[in-house]
Amino acid sequence: MSGSTERLPRLLALVPYLLARPGIKIEQAAHDFDVSARQLRKDLELLWMCGLPGYGPGDLIDLSFDGDTVSVTYDAGMNRPLRLTGGEASALVIALKALAETPGVVDTDAVHRAIAKIEAAAGDARPSGVVVGHAVREREATARTRETVRAALQAGRALHLRYYTASKDQVTERTVDPMRLLIVQANSYLEAWCRRAQAVRMFRLDRIDRLEVLDEPARPPADARPTDVSDGVFTPDESYPDAELVLDPDTRWVAEYYPCEELAELDGGRLRVRMRYGDESWMVRLVLGLGGGVRVEKPAQLAQAVRQRAADALARARHLPVTLPQ
Amino acid sequence: MTCACLADTCPAPQGTRARVGKVSTARAERLVNLVLALLSTRQYLTAERIRGIVPGYADAATDEAFSRMFERDKTELRELGIPLETGRNSVFDSVEGYRIARRDYELGEIDLAPDEAAAVALAVRLWDSPELTGQAQGALVKLRAAGVEVDENPSTLVEPRVHTEPAFAPLLAAVQRGQVVRFDYRRSDSPERRSRTLEPWGVVSWKGRWYVVGHDRDRAAPRCFRLSRIIGAVKAVGKPGAVTRPPDVNLLEFVAGTTPHDPSPAATARLWVAEGRAAGVRRHARVVGRMTVGADDGDVVEIDLFYPESAADWIAGHGPDVVVLEPDVLAKAVQDRLEAVVHGEHG
Repeated sequence: MSGSTERLPRLLALVPYLLARPGIKIEQAAHDFDVSARQLRKDLELLWMCGLPGYGPGDLIDLSFDGDTVSVTYDAGMNRPLRLTGGEASALVIALKALAETPGVVDTDAVHRAIAKIEAAAGDARPSGVVVGHAVREREATARTRETVRAALQAGRALHLRYYTASKDQVTERTVDPMRLLIVQANSYLEAWCRRAQAVRMFRLDRIDRLEVLDEPARPPADARPTDVSDGVFTPDESYPDAELVLDPDTRWVAEYYPCEELAELDGGRLRVRMRYGDESWMVRLVLGLGGGVRVEKPAQLAQAVRQRAADALARARHLPVTLPQ
Repeated sequence: MTCACLADTCPAPQGTRARVGKVSTARAERLVNLVLALLSTRQYLTAERIRGIVPGYADAATDEAFSRMFERDKTELRELGIPLETGRNSVFDSVEGYRIARRDYELGEIDLAPDEAAAVALAVRLWDSPELTGQAQGALVKLRAAGVEVDENPSTLVEPRVHTEPAFAPLLAAVQRGQVVRFDYRRSDSPERRSRTLEPWGVVSWKGRWYVVGHDRDRAAPRCFRLSRIIGAVKAVGKPGAVTRPPDVNLLEFVAGTTPHDPSPAATARLWVAEGRAAGVRRHARVVGRMTVGADDGDVVEIDLFYPESAADWIAGHGPDVVVLEPDVLAKAVQDRLEAVVHGEHG
């Protein structure tokens, strides 16, 4: 029975859809409804049995088939689709609003026109109570970077980047073959084939310090696969080492900000988490920066490295007064 | 009666088209016929009348079986958003009947220019939630049925994604129904799970994050909650229509006011950076000189600070590679952090 909940909306939409497109190929209609041609033919058979009370030949929906095409010759009064439900109107309009607030994707004027038309057609179902503000967090320099990256993508050109890799705290120069621009959770990324790494890489636009559009064409290898970002951009690799940390109330935000597994609530509002990290130096910087608000329980080597760096830093600062110029 | 269709490829076998009270009718077929019958009538049709005319209901052997069947069908139509009206044709009628008003059923006229249709096609792919993607697809099917041409795979250079939280759909539904909600909420800095009762005014997306804004009954004040911090289910409590949003409230400003705006530099700091180290600091800094600290060479740099507090975290993270020369308050803040690490680990 569950099949009919999916099938009925399609059946109700099919007649007006065909009315608007006389002589359409069955394959095309099946594609538009995201079903097989076989299923679409079954739907047509069913509709052809339906009609108005009386149910004589003149009352039933009539279809004419010509080769692999179909037309509606009698619609039995079903000439318009069902109005949008509140859920449908919301899902579409909110997504459009997000699109309008995302710079550099499409002409936002067109998006606003589409929103106005859909809201007008949706009538009472027009969504209310949802507001979408800026969909990206970025400064002006990043907006300029995005425009350059976009131009390179449009022209199909390779890019030369000066890029800051936060995990390694390194700036490197590399030539990349752009694949696409992504906006994930309000940050913009360039996905590209990195010739240096010989792999697909994500480059956060606010970490590109300089870029140049090259004359040579972008040629990502045919087997360069786009990254699945449905779980965010950084998905910790199983092979990465993990650390067990105890976060104080002040540093609990770490568990929200980075992919962490929460292990236990401890007394005093502290939280024990497990966190994977790709690079130890990055983890040391994070923990040091949290200034005592986090305790490394495992691994011992990481705890030792953090302590050592802090002690070295304090020792170095003590040298200052002696060597300070002036 | 025979098939009226003359084409060779007619999908139905000849002569089987009309209904002659035979095998049971597919449910979907019965529902389509029910919709067509109710759309075509101006009179309200009683359940008994519907049973008599719409093919398929004759399959019900008893009154009770028919009643069950009909109730289930009505529920399904209503769930699809079909506006089923009930009423009586005259005051003398003993039972209510049903009809569908065409103007409430039909999607309004809509015509999208190619660039508008491209925006719609992109929007449908924006959600990262299967549920919302399904809803958006449902809207797309209806727009296509209204004659709008939408290319499913518009070429785009930028692919945005809209992330949602499990609390999104129930909160939006509550806002739209004007219903009070209750949920467990945990602030990021505290382990305490607190039950909150909220009169929700609206759901707001700001810089890629979702919030719900409303009147917090426990605090007796307007509050904003981040959806990702809601734990467990959002329960609607009380009757729909119980919540009214104050007319003067600007939801976006309410949320934006609690998150930082584009900052301007608050101060300038002078740092020493070890030779070839701390690239993350150097990329934001201007080199103004050279200096030796202890036995180590490095650059003296100037850097604009936007948030002095978080700058201290960030600088402390670099350990011995960065030393603060001025201001003193920043040097002290970094020192405090480093000492806390050393002592915390020893104690």
